[in-house]
Amino acid sequence: MSLAHEFAYYKPLRLEEALSLKQQYGNKANILAGGTDLIVNIREGVLKPDLLIDIKRIKELSQLNWGNDTLFIGSNVTFAELIENEVVQKNFVLLHDACKTIGSTGIRARATLTGNICSAVPSLDSAPALLCYEAMIHCAGTGSKREIPVREWFLSPRKTALQEDEIVTGISIKRIPDSYGIYIKLGRYSGEDLAQAGWGILMIGDKQYRFAHCALSPIPKRAYHIEDLCNGNSLNADLIEKAIALIPSEINPITDIRCTQKYRMYISEIMLRRGLMAIQKRSSGKYIEPRKLMGDV
Amino acid sequence: MKEISFMLNDEPRNVQVEPNEILLDVLRNKLGIKSPKCGCERGDCGACTVLLDGKAVRSCLILAVEVENHNITTLEGISRAKLSALQEAFMEFNSFQCGYCAPGIILAVTELLEKNPHPSLEEIKESIAGNLCRCTGYTPIFDAIMSLTGKGTK
Repeated sequence: MSLAHEFAYYKPLRLEEALSLKQQYGNKANILAGGTDLIVNIREGVLKPDLLIDIKRIKELSQLNWGNDTLFIGSNVTFAELIENEVVQKNFVLLHDACKTIGSTGIRARATLTGNICSAVPSLDSAPALLCYEAMIHCAGTGSKREIPVREWFLSPRKTALQEDEIVTGISIKRIPDSYGIYIKLGRYSGEDLAQAGWGILMIGDKQYRFAHCALSPIPKRAYHIEDLCNGNSLNADLIEKAIALIPSEINPITDIRCTQKYRMYISEIMLRRGLMAIQKRSSGKYIEPRKLMGDV
Repeated sequence: MKEISFMLNDEPRNVQVEPNEILLDVLRNKLGIKSPKCGCERGDCGACTVLLDGKAVRSCLILAVEVENHNITTLEGISRAKLSALQEAFMEFNSFQCGYCAPGIILAVTELLEKNPHPSLEEIKESIAGNLCRCTGYTPIFDAIMSLTGKGTK
């Protein structure tokens, strides 16, 4: 059995070739890197491309470069590569946490971070980390280049700021000195599942905070009200409870097959409380396995 | 139709494929490799797992044309000379009943043991979190793998 839909396939060596094909075909051409979402979407008839442009031979898109305190993650870089990368382990703990929760080993060996943000589903696990690190999305068109801040990237479910003739070449994140992060994900069971709710927290020094969530709104978002409340204050039980009280002003969850709106509202409180307590422990050098925080044994 | 060549279980193979042909189907229907199974066709169940350049991947989510010039290893490849120690352990511990999930799990764990010969039970669970078994309840599978780690069964 092959896929019911027929398409042409091209695997260029150079980015320019891929871009000129993208310009020619527009949204009738899809970019293929890991394919873990794309092939499912074609199989299910959600996408019907005329052409697949496989970018895995384009070397510059496979780079994972660390310099000037900035990590550039090319669009072919897989979650498995990120999990094994020492720079990520050491400097981008929140992203490292998130990568480990995505799919399963067999998916992570293939799926890419760029693919994740291009799929742009509301539950995408990598988004809270990228939002907290204020990642830049590097896009190229024929004869043009631009960088889009991740907070302007997600427009609506499955819709991004990428133009029809553009290709994402990679994502860059800058190290934030003296910061501690954690990503807490709730799924229905341990192992592979999409998030019912996800919260990323970054603490910078001991009085600056960033919060972002996924699966709790049509698009992943930073929680600026909670940040405004917390910034300038040391973390203590009182602050945590005040932060939690603001959750209803930050999220707009729905009921879906994975859980109800009410449950998402309720569980967010617990996730944020446990997350803030855990980040405090992490900042004092204690080892924390985020999965254990939500009752996984 | 396009002719692609790749290494399949250490042998060079050429095969004619259309761009929309899935690796799993080409392995099973054109190349006679029957150990990878079709389960969910969406990357959830792990029955179609093969090793691509040594890494466990989902062959139901990969186009055959993508593996040109790469190495694919299946259960047939790792047991060509004789059953691997892992396969022997699976038999010893009755780690499968219907056997549908076993090739995928054995390949995923083969990769794990190559990288990390002494994994913890937790690491073993993580490595096969995406391989569903509906017969055993997993315990005999963990026991078989743990018996090879030098840590005894759990």
